[in-house]
Amino acid sequence: MIDASTWRPGADLATLRLRAELLARIRAFFAARGVLEVETPLLSAAAITDPHLASFATVYAGPGPRYGQTLYLQTSPEFPMKRLLAAGSGCIYQIARVFRDGEAGRRHNPEFTLLEWYRVGFDHHRLMDEVAELATALLEDRLPLAEPERLSYQEAFERYLGLNPHRTSVTELADCAERCGVSIPPGMPEADVDPWLDLLLTQRIESQLGQGRLCFIYDYPASQAALARLRPGDPPVGERFELYLGGIELANGFHELGDAVEQRRRFEAENAARQAQGLPVMPVDEHLLSALASGLPECAGVALGVDRLAMLAAGKTSLAEALAFPFERA
Amino acid sequence: MANYSTNEFKSGLKIMLDGDPYAIVENEFVKPGKGQAFNRVKVRNLKTGRTIERTFKSGDTAEGADVVDVELQYLYNDGEYWHFMDQQSFEQLTADAAAMGDSAQWLKEEAICQVTLWNGVPLSVAPPNFVIMTIVETDPGLRGDTSGGGGKPAKLETGAVVRVPLFVQSGEVIKIDTRTGEYVSRVKE
Repeated sequence: MIDASTWRPGADLATLRLRAELLARIRAFFAARGVLEVETPLLSAAAITDPHLASFATVYAGPGPRYGQTLYLQTSPEFPMKRLLAAGSGCIYQIARVFRDGEAGRRHNPEFTLLEWYRVGFDHHRLMDEVAELATALLEDRLPLAEPERLSYQEAFERYLGLNPHRTSVTELADCAERCGVSIPPGMPEADVDPWLDLLLTQRIESQLGQGRLCFIYDYPASQAALARLRPGDPPVGERFELYLGGIELANGFHELGDAVEQRRRFEAENAARQAQGLPVMPVDEHLLSALASGLPECAGVALGVDRLAMLAAGKTSLAEALAFPFERA
Repeated sequence: MANYSTNEFKSGLKIMLDGDPYAIVENEFVKPGKGQAFNRVKVRNLKTGRTIERTFKSGDTAEGADVVDVELQYLYNDGEYWHFMDQQSFEQLTADAAAMGDSAQWLKEEAICQVTLWNGVPLSVAPPNFVIMTIVETDPGLRGDTSGGGGKPAKLETGAVVRVPLFVQSGEVIKIDTRTGEYVSRVKE
């Protein structure tokens, strides 16, 4: 149903001006550091295999050899940007529109703006330094921020829930949820600890992270490494990080996995998990795998949610107030 | 009843949880950076009125509750049950004391009530927002007091007791807001 007032923007004019200013300052930040701005396709024949991400799809009507082919809107520009890195681009950034089906709420819009950048020769810790510099530069005149905080995933669980996430069990996590009053969703798996860790993280930890300061969580369980490289050890960890401010997740970064064989194994494992859950199996990005095989430079990369950053900078509490036209009005 | 996916959740939707009907009050989508998404849902138990929080894995489903609101006419109370009639179908329905809650005290015969049915049985009864009733008993007030401040208890024809201004007398007809249980005004017959 169309309400006559829904043609109006979600964000007020001051917030739209602030968005424009943030984008200009982001571009100035990277220009000063010699990081190259790039643009890559939004539509691709390949898609993300992560079972927790759903891609929008469309069918190309021709002409050309791709006639009739299903194409997917990107959930992040990661794969083509890594192809550029493998081709020798050096450090690059992109401000890209990304699309995620099934994600809508106060802090989610099915399409949103990601700032994604890659730094050749950085590891995830050095990249966290730069993320902190950028976020501080963008926010300091609007939000007073104390020194950034850095907690390993393990330290966060120990501090807020008193348990070690690398040496836990479904039984311990379920007891913990019960003890701290988290309602346990029906149908939680009995063998896989990750959904239980996600439950406790989202229901009991996240809201406490980044109060009055940037808070980085790093070194995730190997099973949650996504596209990050694994650091062997006891326990092995994924060299991945997330940035939180005011309890809101703002960025996700990786010390990037460059091993084509391992990357293929992860894609296939994710597709197998999709099949087991009755989700569609997605076409793996063979271009990315070829690029990795030809050699990805040592690098770290991160994606930062620009709309959430604008929301926080503007002192708003919902994403709809930081978007010209939120999904419901699109 | 149909099943609803968390993607269809919105406030007002009626779902079954642990055998009781609930109405969704608030629905929030939460997702970590990578990994499992959840819906954190505030729900109100339609039998007890209590609000609790529940979590669902996004994409999971909940059974819908067969709960509908209908307008019924109150007929009479037989000592144990309250009898209502659907004015279109003339079907009669009975509500027990639990469903009536505090509403019974505001009901005069023929009053039109909002009745919530669960599987066709009255679950709760809401009286009209305003009712007109005769005072059957109240202390004689002080003549000349028109301030309305202070007030005194007055017993109504249904047994309900409300505070009325001192100048209102036994035998008078008054208007009451049933949502607050407060006196609104005198009514000239």
